[in-house]
Amino acid sequence: MQIRILIPVLAILALALVPMLAPSLQVLMTLALAKGIAVMGVTLLLRAGQVSFGHALFFGIAAYAAAFAAASNLDDLFLLLFVGAAGAAVSGLLVGLFVVRYRGIFFGMLNLAFSMIFWSVLEKFYHLTGGADGLRLARPEVLGLALDRAPFELLLYYLALALTLGLGWFATRWLGSPVGQLFQTVKTNETRLEYLGISAQATLLKGYILSAVLCGLGGVLVATAQGIVTPAYAYWIRSGEMVFIAVLGGVGSIPGAVAGAIAYEVVRIYAAAFAADVWQLVLGAFLLAIILFAPSGLMGIYGALMDRISPRRAAAREEKTSAQAAVQTKEART
Amino acid sequence: MLTRTLLSATILATALGTGAAQAQDKPDALKIGVATFLTGPASVFGVPARDAAQMLAEEINAEGGIAGVPLEISFIDEGAGGEALTTEYRRLVEEEGADIMFSGISSGNCMQIAPLAEDLEVINIMWDCGTQRVFEEGDYDYVFRTQSHATAEMLAVVLYLLKTQPDFETIAVVNQDYAWGRDSWDIFSTALKAMKPDVEVVGEFFPAFGAPDFSTEISRLSATRPDVILSTSWGGDLNTFVQQAAQRGLTQQSQFVLPLAESSLEALGPALPDGVIVGGRGDHYFAHPEMVGTERFDSFVSSFKEETGAYPIYSVFHMVQAFEALKAAYAEAMEENGGSWPNDQELIAAYEGLEFQGMGRPVTIREGDHQGVEAQLIGTTVQSGDYPFATLENMMIFDGAELTTPVGESSIDWVGALSPDFVEKIEPTTFD
Amino acid sequence: MNLSLILLAVFDGVSYAALVFMVAVGLTLIFGVLRILNVAHGSLYAIGAYLTASIGGAVVAAGYSPILAFPLMLIAAALVGVLLGAPIERLLLRRIYAKSEVLQLLVTFAVFMILEDVQRLVWGNQPYFESSALQLLGNIQVFGVYYTSYQLVLLPVVALLTLIGLRLFLRRTLTGKLITAVTEDREAARSIGIDADRVYLMTFVLGAALAGLGGALASPTTSVLPGIGAEMIVLSFAVVATAGLGRIEGAAVAALLIGLGRSAATYAMPELQVLVPYLIMLAVLLVRPEGLFGTPAARKI
Repeated sequence: MQIRILIPVLAILALALVPMLAPSLQVLMTLALAKGIAVMGVTLLLRAGQVSFGHALFFGIAAYAAAFAAASNLDDLFLLLFVGAAGAAVSGLLVGLFVVRYRGIFFGMLNLAFSMIFWSVLEKFYHLTGGADGLRLARPEVLGLALDRAPFELLLYYLALALTLGLGWFATRWLGSPVGQLFQTVKTNETRLEYLGISAQATLLKGYILSAVLCGLGGVLVATAQGIVTPAYAYWIRSGEMVFIAVLGGVGSIPGAVAGAIAYEVVRIYAAAFAADVWQLVLGAFLLAIILFAPSGLMGIYGALMDRISPRRAAAREEKTSAQAAVQTKEART
Repeated sequence: MLTRTLLSATILATALGTGAAQAQDKPDALKIGVATFLTGPASVFGVPARDAAQMLAEEINAEGGIAGVPLEISFIDEGAGGEALTTEYRRLVEEEGADIMFSGISSGNCMQIAPLAEDLEVINIMWDCGTQRVFEEGDYDYVFRTQSHATAEMLAVVLYLLKTQPDFETIAVVNQDYAWGRDSWDIFSTALKAMKPDVEVVGEFFPAFGAPDFSTEISRLSATRPDVILSTSWGGDLNTFVQQAAQRGLTQQSQFVLPLAESSLEALGPALPDGVIVGGRGDHYFAHPEMVGTERFDSFVSSFKEETGAYPIYSVFHMVQAFEALKAAYAEAMEENGGSWPNDQELIAAYEGLEFQGMGRPVTIREGDHQGVEAQLIGTTVQSGDYPFATLENMMIFDGAELTTPVGESSIDWVGALSPDFVEKIEPTTFD
Repeated sequence: MNLSLILLAVFDGVSYAALVFMVAVGLTLIFGVLRILNVAHGSLYAIGAYLTASIGGAVVAAGYSPILAFPLMLIAAALVGVLLGAPIERLLLRRIYAKSEVLQLLVTFAVFMILEDVQRLVWGNQPYFESSALQLLGNIQVFGVYYTSYQLVLLPVVALLTLIGLRLFLRRTLTGKLITAVTEDREAARSIGIDADRVYLMTFVLGAALAGLGGALASPTTSVLPGIGAEMIVLSFAVVATAGLGRIEGAAVAALLIGLGRSAATYAMPELQVLVPYLIMLAVLLVRPEGLFGTPAARKI
């Protein structure tokens, strides 16, 4: 058995067994997987070389859409996911139409501006949005069944896991598809893309909408797990956190987004529990250490480790120098 | 209520079934989880309350704990955000086996914690939660509040204002832009308009929570010159607003009404001018006129001051109430079941209708909706020179029962239906 | 709305703009030279405010004249620049100039998170309010409304002096010319023998000190409490992006725009007040993506 296949399989198996083996981690892992899905959205854009410092916008829009839907008679988990995703897709299209004209720092700043406007609206329109305290999202029904807390949470966990795997697979496939390949060319050589007669903006827009939907689905899952949505969902620090997790996992790596989210949540919760006064400091130091000493993130460390264990494959890829490339290749194989 | 009947039936069954001999064994420790703000702006309440909780637990443990069972306290930081709070809350209950939870301060967190506590079947004491919505919008078995809520707090201030300054015509508000700021203004303005229909609201400002600067609002208010300016802000926001307003002469122009300023008296020091109407969310004041001179009160205030360097503020007194209620509930539950360690249901039964006393007038927890009924103390500031900060004079203490929304009614509807003669009907105890 | 109300709104707007400019100018200076958007700038602002408020409070409490608060502001700014700015540049940023933009941003984000907690560890959670400097200067009455001279006169004057001073420094002194040269063209500057490392360090220290000074100047007008850095940094981002990254004079104009817009909103539609800076930023960037005074990037970023 190839170790490179074995380890991801074991990891997925371990995740599937969390409710049985470590029930206390179940809620934490639901949140981590949900954030992982959202971070996939940010990761996707990183593959086109763009950093959004405002993707919490879509996370927030979808979460609020779900909360409004839950308060109406559309009170079903799957409907909430659909409403959230639709909200994220529509807003992704509208915002995307503007921001795909920009690159680099301007792209990041414009996204930031949109998200801060949405955040201010949430804060200000108290009678509609509940202001800074947000809206409650009562436990929805699941396909017409009203579940108790325990079975609902179990179901939500497996739903999050299934969505993580499904969407992760989809995102990886999409990046490998012709559109996805063109999308990544925005990073490497946008001019060439234009010479081919392909609109870089239209290509970027497609990826942007997909990334918005991913963020939105993550937002709905987090909102349902939490039972509340607040403007903090759309605040710039949340956007920063997503970029943080994407880099932590490994820039541009889809499995890295999930691994990063799990690592981040675990560090965050345990730092908050055992160093309540300095949890931000712990996270900040953790981030610095990763960037300075392992800039290719967790997947980079993993890749290097694998190269050591099974050097045959490493030798075959010797010409590929950067860890980033290693990560991408591995994804194509898993 | 059906649930409660069922509940009592269960309790009865448990009591009959187990009997005194098979009563629950005493645990090694009574584990309490306390959610409070250790970080963020609201830590101005949260940190003194944490210090108080530690002091109280030490004190109780030094006396042998509750019926011989020592208290073990862990804290959760509300400032880490809703997600971290609920995750940590679950962890404490499900893994650490917390027996009872004290949570929390922020309205948003309370609304989120109440259904969670119900789900987890853990008794949750809302020790400093201000929102009246919790029990008006939900019905809980496991959730209790050991103090009052926004309605009684606002109503007392409106009454004090109308009793002391019946002739004002215009009012403006500068509140923080979040649930407390909005809800408290809804209640205050509804009550005020009900009891004084001719009053005119000339400005409503909701600057962002934690706004560093109120210069523009102050210019605007200086130009408008309302008779009364209300602000239910607290902490850094209140301090900033008052200092900026005082510097620019606004406090001389208008009557300031600050329902939460008891918690800022010391922090504001000499900056808080004379003549400002101040409240403290209950009858909480380090120089409570009915309590000063009683041994317990005096020794608590002085040891708190010694320990932390500051005089206790209302959040500290709210924490005292949570602990006093805990002691009283255990005592009552154990008296009921013949001295053995009570289970959750017995404890819930004891909390319902419980009467206990913290550092003010006695508080009762209503049986119907688990809401605490607490007296309200309102006063006017004076820089007397006795302390390096403003103290209160012309105090009034209002009985809680008349000011608390009746069980099952919505606060806004209830205060909206009050009439001008309500002002005369309520007779508080007055002090000089 | 009558004329006197409009003028009142203008006064408020200008005084607010002056404070925002002081913070934004450091941010834009650093970006111009280092090409790094420093998220930790907000923390440096907060620390400058904390230093001034806490030391100032102690000085006044010890019975010294409150006039000492003014030199203290400069000292606090210098401390922030030298004790925080210098190590951040030398120990952290220097290692990542070759890395991607995302990583650079995230390093400053990490520093921001660390400094947020450091502030709480050092100064605790209780707000500081130390306004003797502001009280010393007294009030001015305009249209029957009292303004503090500190906010109405001193802050705009200091902001203006900073703007002129920076301009002269960058155009007339050797160090300033070196900084300008690096801003204009990094590679060319290096190739003619400019010690870019030194320029980076000096710029960052100067930028950090400006953030500290912004905080020091703001401290008498406000409560200094945890979280003020996070608010300020997004606002200065908005100013800097509206102005065009790296544009110092532009930052002054953008700060003025945002300050006036904000105070106009407070008078006309208070509910829109917090939205105004971002709406202005969005409106400007949609029409001129490189900002009001930015030039289109010559090379691909």
